Parts: sequence; structure tokens; C-alpha cells
Amino acid sequence: MQHVRNLMRHVVLVVLSIASLYPVWFMLSTALKTSHYYTQNPTGFPTHVTLGNFSAVLHDWPLLIWMRNSLVVTIVAVGVSTLISIMAAFAIVFGRVHGRESLFRLSIALLAIPPIALIIPMYTLMVKTHLINSLPSVMIFYTGLLVPFSVFFFVNFFKEIPLELVEAAYMDGASHRRILRSIILPISGASTVTLVIVNAIFVWNELLIALVFLQSNSSKTLMAGLALYQGRFVTNEPLLMAAAFLSILPLGVLYIFGQRFFVRGLTAGMGK
Amino acid sequence: MSWISPVAPAQVITSAEVLPPAPATKRGWRRRNLWAYGYMTPVLAALALVFGYSFVEVVHYSFYAGSLGQLTYVGTSNYHELFVDPQFITSLFNNIKLLLTVPIVTVLSLSIALMINTTFRGVRQYRMIVFLPYILPATAMGLSFSYLLEGNGVLDALLKNLDLSFLIKDWLGSPSWVMFSIGSVIVWQQFGFGVVVFSAALLAVPGETIEAARIDGANWWIVQWRILIPQIRRIIEFFVILEAIIVISSVFTYVYLLTGGGPAYSSSVMEFFIFQNGFENGSIGIASAAAVVLLAIASVLIAIYIWVRARAAKEAG
Repeated sequence: MQHVRNLMRHVVLVVLSIASLYPVWFMLSTALKTSHYYTQNPTGFPTHVTLGNFSAVLHDWPLLIWMRNSLVVTIVAVGVSTLISIMAAFAIVFGRVHGRESLFRLSIALLAIPPIALIIPMYTLMVKTHLINSLPSVMIFYTGLLVPFSVFFFVNFFKEIPLELVEAAYMDGASHRRILRSIILPISGASTVTLVIVNAIFVWNELLIALVFLQSNSSKTLMAGLALYQGRFVTNEPLLMAAAFLSILPLGVLYIFGQRFFVRGLTAGMGK
Repeated sequence: MSWISPVAPAQVITSAEVLPPAPATKRGWRRRNLWAYGYMTPVLAALALVFGYSFVEVVHYSFYAGSLGQLTYVGTSNYHELFVDPQFITSLFNNIKLLLTVPIVTVLSLSIALMINTTFRGVRQYRMIVFLPYILPATAMGLSFSYLLEGNGVLDALLKNLDLSFLIKDWLGSPSWVMFSIGSVIVWQQFGFGVVVFSAALLAVPGETIEAARIDGANWWIVQWRILIPQIRRIIEFFVILEAIIVISSVFTYVYLLTGGGPAYSSSVMEFFIFQNGFENGSIGIASAAAVVLLAIASVLIAIYIWVRARAAKEAG
């Protein structure tokens, strides 16, 4: 009986795993086929593997420029939002100021505001300031969107730090800057990595804002570029799938090697 | 991809609202105030710009018509127009239809989480695989699904080979099936997220409780229904609210890539309606009015979510 139940469990899980991975497998297998071969056999195993589609999108499409844009936007938006959120969270938890509770509550309330509701005013602002069509326009928007969750995340982490640790340092005459740098930051490493990964996924994957703000071909991020080229190359499935596969590759690699941080982020604080 | 990031729920669920008291220091009030305000300023500035400014301006624009630069005040007529616009009504109802994915994702992922709530070979690998769709870019996956689901596409070919020809459909091109298809893709994406959230919650249930029940003669089903599910009830509530927020406010990418709102506007959702009116038709006023309606709906959900949080924090003591 135990044996049968075990077997059934594996059957269910294998089916679910196949369902989870099939769209990715379809992407990869199609990317490895010639257009001709795909038309004949869309679901078959790619028996005659070709890397032509990958080299075509890398050479003929501005794919590398889009990737670079995505990378720059991700680094700046995640870097700035992480930095300013650490400072604010430190002030919220360890500062003795009015409004620290309010700022924390505000972050919680803003966590789930849909970006589409903010996009029209931000767009007109970027037009007025001539930032539209340039990477800073999306960097500013993304930074703002990342802040509520980042503040919330760091406040929850800093709250667990024993107060005596900070008080003792204060009594010894350490400045707030010194306390942040020598006490708080060294023990926040793993949490910071978790937050950076989570925020980087959001920025790397974001489509709506990039689509609207970055109109010229050379300023597009990877996702906005892919969405644009869907219309142009929709009948060349292997080419589009090759580009799509390259766009998920960085995340896939990050996930395999950094899985620890995903899991830690997800389960942080659960085991009490 | 949802804007609410993968780590949100665990943090959201388990943290209490209450902050610890600020540390005592030997310096004067004034000086301490200054540095802490300084540290909060960049964040306040970012929030004021992206959220504060936008909230004020979106409400402002919703009372105007015309294009940027030549706006004319029209009072509340954008709102009146909105609720007689068949595309807006369809968009609103499509978001409501997508809410049906919430119980499906919840039941499905909770069942699987309960099923794998033991240690056996490969459990971590399975969990890692089903979680993958949640982090992959919706743009790329939407492209893949557009080929899988198109009329005479991969799914139809598969159904034909399996002698299930009667099931063959134009999954994305038929107005009666298109929302079902988009909903299925959302279930595909969110399922693994639920499994990981619920698995983590189940792991935290004390083993003694389950042991005690077993000794009293409770079978597997009773343990699940009477002990495990009630123990993680709060986390299930949070998950349901978060999923509802996601399907109301971040499904744009799939709609854009899979159907472009079509056929006609039968798969338009509120986000898509705002996008199309604001940036393709140049009706900033209509788009802003729709954005205000969406904000109102989102605010109700956020209020429920804060209320559930506060209640859970109170329970936790």
C-alpha cells in the first residue's frame, strides 16, 4: 500500500514537472531546428541540430544591445533601490524619529499598487523632462516601484537584530554611520543577496513600462525588443524561440546556482 | 510576471506590524532626528515621485479629454463614458473571470504541497522544477505559449495525434475559449509559487501535533483536514489575496503577447484597456479614468490584505 502510494506520487509529480518544463523545452527544441524542419515536425526531437538561429539573432538582431540595456537598467534600478531602502529601513528600525511607523505602513500599502495605474503620469513626466526613450526613464520608474518591498523586506530583517548590539555600540560612542557599516551590513549579506535577486528578476522580466517608454530600437530592453520582434518575425518560429531562449538563459543559470537564495527568501521567517 | 515578488508572501505573512522601540542613546533628540530623517529622505523622495505625483496626476487627467498639451476639462464625463464602453465592461469582466484561477491555483498547489509534505527522494528537485515557471519572463514564455496554443498549433497537432480531434480548437482565436487559455497559462505560472509557499508553511507545523493526532487514531485524511490545513489557514488567506491582486493588476504581458486583446477585444483586461487607450488611441483622459477605477479596486484588495495581516499579527501575539 505504501509502495503504491509512493509510485502514484511520483507519477503525479513527473506529469507536473513535464507540464512545467514543456514550454521551455519547446522553446529550446524549436530554436535548434531549421525553419523548414520545424514546419514539417514542430513537436519532434531536433535530430539535425542547428545553431544557425542563435547566431542569426545574435548577429542580425540588436539582441546584444537589448541585453546590455536590460543589464544596465537592472543594475542601476536594483542597486539604487537597495541602497536607499537599506538606509531608510535602518532609520525606521534604529532611529528615534516621528513618522517611522508611518513610513513602514506606507511601504506595506504601496506593495501591491498596479504599475499600470501610475504609467500615464510617469509617461507624461518623462516626455516633459525629455527623458522618454532613454534608459534613465525606466530606471527611475523601476527604482520607485522596487522601494516599498525593499524597505519592507529590510525592516523585517533589521527587526530581528538584537537591540542590545546597537545600544552597546551607541554607548561606546559609535556614530550611526559606523553602526550601519560595521554592525548591520556585515550580518545582512545573505538577505541583501536574496532581495537583489528578487528585484533583479522583476526588472529583467518587466515588459509594460519598457514597451511604452523605450520606443527606439537601440534603447529597448530585452523584453521590449522581443515583444516588438514578435510582430515582425512571427512566421519564423525557430528564430523567435532562439531569441526567447537566450532571454531566459541568464535567469535559468541564476536559478540553478542561486536556488539557495530563492528558497531562503521564500521561507525566511517561516520556521518559528 | 507579477510585480509582487516571489519572496513577498513569506515575509508578508510572518512579520508582525509592530516595530521594536528605538534604541536608547546618550545623545540629544535633535541630533538623532536629523540623521534618521536624512536616511529616510531618498526613499521618501522616490515614493513621492513615483507614487505620490502619479496618484495626483492620474486623478487630475481623468477629468480631462484630448491629447497631451491640449487637454480640456470635461468633468466626470470620462467616467460616464467608461461604463457604457463595451470594451471597458468586457475588460472588467475578463479580470473577474480570471479571478476563477485563484481557487484553482490554491486548491491545486495546496494538494500537491500536502502530498509532498514528507521527505522522499527527489522532493527538492520536483519543487525546484515546478517553481521555475514563476520566475521565467512572461514575455518569453508568452511567445512559446503563442505557438503552442495558436489555431492549428502544437497543442492541436498533439490532440490530433492522440485521436482527440473533437477537442481541437482555435485556443487563442475563439472568443469563447480565449480567456480559458489565458487563465490556464496563469495557472501554469502561479502553481509552483503556491507549492513552495504552502510547503514552507507546512514544514513549520510542529511535528508533535501531528504525532499526537496519529496516536489518537487519526488517519491520513483527518490529519490533513483537521490539523494541517487549519494550522496554515492564515497563509492560505494571504495567498488567496495576493493571487487576486495579481490577476486584477498584473496579467498584461500574457494578454499582450498571446492575443493583443483579441479577437476584437474579447480578451482585453483592464491593464490592456488602459494601455491601448493611453498609448495607442491617445485618449489619456479615458485611460486615466480607467486607471482610477483599477486603483479603487486594488485599494479594496490591499485594505483586505492589511486587515488580514493585522489580525494574524494579533493572533501571533
